[in-house]
Amino acid sequence: MADLLPEHPDFLWRNPEPKSSYDVVIIGGGGHGLATAYYLAKNHGITNVAVLERGWLAGGNMARNTTIIRSNYLWDESAAIYEHSLKQWEVLPDELDYDFLFSQRGVLNLAHTLQDVRDSVRRCEANRLNGIDAEWLDADQVKEVCPIINTSDNIRYPVLGATYQPRAGIAKHDHVAWAFARKADELGVDLIQDCEVTGFVKDGDRVVGVQTSRGTIAAGKVALCAAGHSSVLAEMAGFDLPIQSHPLQALVSELHQPVHPTVVMSNHVHVYVSQAHKGELVMGAGVDAYNGYGQRGGFHVIEEQMAAAVELFPIFARAHLLRTWGGIVDVTPDASPVVSKTPIDQLYVNCGWGTGGFKGTPGAGWTMAHTIAHDEPHAYNAPFALERFSTGALIDEHGAAAVAH
Amino acid sequence: MILISCPDCGPRDETEFHYGGQAHVPYPEEPSTLTDEEWGRYLFYRENTKGIFAERWVHSSGCRKWFNVLRDTVTYRIAAVYRNGEPRPTLDGDSQ
Repeated sequence: MADLLPEHPDFLWRNPEPKSSYDVVIIGGGGHGLATAYYLAKNHGITNVAVLERGWLAGGNMARNTTIIRSNYLWDESAAIYEHSLKQWEVLPDELDYDFLFSQRGVLNLAHTLQDVRDSVRRCEANRLNGIDAEWLDADQVKEVCPIINTSDNIRYPVLGATYQPRAGIAKHDHVAWAFARKADELGVDLIQDCEVTGFVKDGDRVVGVQTSRGTIAAGKVALCAAGHSSVLAEMAGFDLPIQSHPLQALVSELHQPVHPTVVMSNHVHVYVSQAHKGELVMGAGVDAYNGYGQRGGFHVIEEQMAAAVELFPIFARAHLLRTWGGIVDVTPDASPVVSKTPIDQLYVNCGWGTGGFKGTPGAGWTMAHTIAHDEPHAYNAPFALERFSTGALIDEHGAAAVAH
Repeated sequence: MILISCPDCGPRDETEFHYGGQAHVPYPEEPSTLTDEEWGRYLFYRENTKGIFAERWVHSSGCRKWFNVLRDTVTYRIAAVYRNGEPRPTLDGDSQ
């Protein structure tokens, strides 16, 4: 039997045994953890780094998202970090020497009410002031960009127009993780899977190591990149986060001929959909209302957003649901991330990306690596510190987040 | 879909209810004396328990009353339902 199988392809990274000590330990081997490790090595020359992953690399939200990449957020602080992220997406396939199918096919954020229109036009103008490509399209122009949308007025919430960001797009999420992992590994980073952190070793107010299912590992600095489980780790380390973890579901259809040329998101009827390179329609739902760590949610949430999808795209009525799944998203009160120092010395946290972390992968990694290397935030993540929840300088992106929560 | 037993109306589908997050969060007794940090904690910080969590629900499509639930946030199984104002019940094997 074995001789009937092809040769195993080359492994993209080593699977080393953990060393007893590292300069930096990153907890969480998803996109953000891997990107942080990569930028620590590339931008700051720090390579004595371990990424600890309790399951397998990129098996959490990195494997479960709907791969939408865009930077059309409202506020200056968000525009800066998300646009920096998008600029990295544009150079990463070359930089990582890995074609992860980044496809800049544009995103339409639909408006269905007069208030939607006002908010959307305002967001376009704000984006343009921040150098982000954004334009307002009326319903006919929406139809030109995406001919399968029903723009007639015979539906409950007719499409009145949309914001359009042509540089937005999608990428193959698994390959993005593997690209970062391979390059980080080449630069000397140890990627350690099946290694769950069970506690922190502290010397007074300073973190000096982590206890894991594979022994204690000393660390000069520790970074949390654990998305939905950030609160659990923070509690273990002895501080609190303003995070609530919710289930967020997505789904794919069977494979179809290419019919959907762009990415469409609608806050109001609530669906977001693109068509993956293979041909399946990829759709996302809103979060389930309750707190949950179960990586699954209620089917009524799926049902609601499929109803919205079929109303907007009548041809989807003939598509069959192939698979649904859930992830755990870490939601903050202002729908903006936390990329920050913590009350514990030499311990850093990157979390709170909620429903939109995939697009932020390079930006999170870039700014987190800077924060770890300098023990000070980068200009792009300074506004996203934990302090904003006592100063009141919130960065409210519930409108641009485009996923109900 | 969770089946939730409203204390007044009995078991109903989750879609009849709205979620209210962590239970037993009292309004500060003297809000004007709080520091910015304390006020921020009251406004923005809630427990995010993995396991049995005391939380509020309101039966929006029924009696419209708020009540509390002990629910496991991993299995989503409901362990107890109790009325507003009642103390958090003790579960078998509960360390609290």
